[in-house]
Amino acid sequence: MRIPRLVSIIVLLLWGGIAIAQTSYGIGSTPTEEEMLTMDIDISPTGEGLPEGRGNAKEGAQLYMTKGCIVCHGVTLKEGPAPRLLKMDKGPDADPWEFGKILPIRSPYAPTVWDYINRAMPLGAEGTLTANEVYSLVAFLLYKNEVIEEDEIMNAQSLPKVKMPNRENWAPLPDYKPGMDRLEGYPY
Amino acid sequence: MALKRSDRRRFLKSSAVLAGGLAAGAARTVSAQTSDAIVYIKGTDEIVAYGKRSRFETAVRESHGRPHSPDTFGLIKHVSTPIQESVGVITPSALHYIGTTRGHYIPDIYPEAHKLMIHGMVDHPLTFSLQDLKRFPSVTRLHFIECAANRPSVEAKSIQESHGMTSCAEWTGVLLSTLLKEAGVKGGASWVIAEGNEEVKGTSSIPMEKAMEDCLVCYGMNGEAVRPEQGYPVRLLVPGFEGIFNVKWLRRIEAVDKYYMTYNDYGHLRQSETDAALGYLVGPKSVITYPCSNMTLPDKGHYEISGLAWSGNGAITRVEVSTDGGRRWQDAEFRGTPQRMAHTRFAIPWRWDGSESMLMSRCTDELGKVQPSRAQVAKFFGVPLDPSYRVPGRDNSIQTWRVASDGSVHNAYS
Repeated sequence: MRIPRLVSIIVLLLWGGIAIAQTSYGIGSTPTEEEMLTMDIDISPTGEGLPEGRGNAKEGAQLYMTKGCIVCHGVTLKEGPAPRLLKMDKGPDADPWEFGKILPIRSPYAPTVWDYINRAMPLGAEGTLTANEVYSLVAFLLYKNEVIEEDEIMNAQSLPKVKMPNRENWAPLPDYKPGMDRLEGYPY
Repeated sequence: MALKRSDRRRFLKSSAVLAGGLAAGAARTVSAQTSDAIVYIKGTDEIVAYGKRSRFETAVRESHGRPHSPDTFGLIKHVSTPIQESVGVITPSALHYIGTTRGHYIPDIYPEAHKLMIHGMVDHPLTFSLQDLKRFPSVTRLHFIECAANRPSVEAKSIQESHGMTSCAEWTGVLLSTLLKEAGVKGGASWVIAEGNEEVKGTSSIPMEKAMEDCLVCYGMNGEAVRPEQGYPVRLLVPGFEGIFNVKWLRRIEAVDKYYMTYNDYGHLRQSETDAALGYLVGPKSVITYPCSNMTLPDKGHYEISGLAWSGNGAITRVEVSTDGGRRWQDAEFRGTPQRMAHTRFAIPWRWDGSESMLMSRCTDELGKVQPSRAQVAKFFGVPLDPSYRVPGRDNSIQTWRVASDGSVHNAYS
C-alpha cells in the first residue's frame, strides 16, 4: 500500500528530524537523588525546600549564646561588631523600611531569613547548623523583632505563614527583556 | 631608582654570565659595561615557567573602602583595580577587581573534583565536570564586570577608589543556554538560581530570559584558567548586569518559577520600583583614565586624553570628550573595535594651554542611551544637586577631572 508507506516514511523522517533537534550532546551525568538533596540547599521565599524540624524563640535564645552569635552580634542584638539584628526604634507608625537593613525585619518573607542563616552562619562554621537550630534561631530573631510570639513554633508549615511587615512593601525587579530600558524616562 | 646592594650583586653576576656567553659574539665595547648600562635578569626557572612583570611596574590592587573593607573582622570583601595605569581594554588577570560575598577565604578547589549541577525545573538534571564543560562548543568574549560600589564620589581620593571596581577580561567557556538546553528547561521556569561554592554558598537569581540570552559558564580568562579569586575553576558571567550576579566557584544552577530573593539578592531589595530597576543593568558609563586625579601634567603642550567606556546595553557607539566642563564636546576615536558589554578604549588629542581645565567624557551605547551628568540625574529625581548628591542605583554619571594651572589633576567633585 503506497500511501501508508509514504506516510510512514514521512513520519520516520519527522521523527528523525525531531530526534536530531532533541539530540543532546550527550555530555554530563545524571545526579543521584541523594546528590541533588545534598546540593539543593535553597529555600524559596514561600517556603519550598524547607526541611523537617522545628524550633522556638526560647531554644533560639540559648543557641544564640552557645553557637557564638552573641560574640559578634552582641547581647542586645544591636551593639555589633557584626550587623545589627534588632530593628531601630522608630515608633509604632514607622514604615518598616525605617527599621534599618536588618534581615529578620526587612525581608518580606520569613523563609528567606532561614535560607540566609542556614547557608551563611555562623561566621567560620557556615553550613553546620541543623534544621532545628536554624528554625530556633529564626524564631528567636523574629520574636525579638516583634514579628512572632515567644512560644510560637517555627517549622516548614508555620514559617511561610509568618506575616512579615514588608510582605506587600517591596519592589520586584523589572521583567528583564533584552534591550529594555533601565527605567522609563530615566536620563541613563 | 637606585640599585640596592643585592640587585647590584645580581647585576654583576649576570654580567659575568653574559660576558661569557658573548665572548664569541659581536664585539662589546667597554663603555657599555659602565654602571649606567642595562641590568640583566638571569633567566631563572621561575621566570621561564611563569613570567612576571618588570619590578619597576608598581601598580597594584588595593582593598576598597565601600563597603568598608577590610571590615570589622579584618575580612577584605572588595579589591579595586589600578585603572589609572590601564592601557588597552583588558585588565590583567592579576589586577582584575575582586568582589566577594564575605571575603573570608578564597575556595581552593581541586578542579578534578568540581562539579556543576543543573537541576530544578528541567527534564533531565545533569552534572558536569570541568572536562565535560570543555567538550561543549566554546565561546570567547570580551566582557566587563562592574561592582555596584563603583561610582564618582565626593570622598574618592583616587580614580582607583571611584572607578577601580570595574574590569574587563577575555572570557572563555560554554553558553549557559547550551547547558540549559541540554537539561531541557520546563515551561514556567522564569528564573535561575546560580550558586557558588564559597563558605556562604553565595547565590544570585537571574532572569531566565537573561540566562538564555548570553550568560557564559567560564573556565578561561585572558588565555588561561580563571583565577582563584575570580571563581576557579568555573564562574558565571552575566554580561552587563551588576557584578554580584556573576557568581564565582559556580556549583549549581537551578531553574525555578519565581524570584528566590536568596543570599545575594537580599542586598538588592528595594522599597521603590525606581530604585529596584536602577540596581540591575549597568548603564552607559565612561571615565578618563589619562590624565586623572593624582597625576600632574609636567608641561603645557600635547597630550592624548584616553579612557574607558562600557555599557550593559551592548556596544559603545560614541564617546565625546569635553575639556571645558561640558560646554563643548568633541568626538573621541576608538582604539580597537568596540565589543558588546566590554570596556572600549577611547582617545582624543589635546593641547593643554596651561589654564584650569575640566575634563569630562560621556558615552553613547548601541541603544542610543547617553551617559548622564549628575545634574541630569538629580533633575530626574527632583532633588537639589549638591556635592554630596548620591545617584540612586547603579551610578553611571559623568566624572569630571579638574586640571589646575600647575598641572595637578583633581577629582572635581571633592
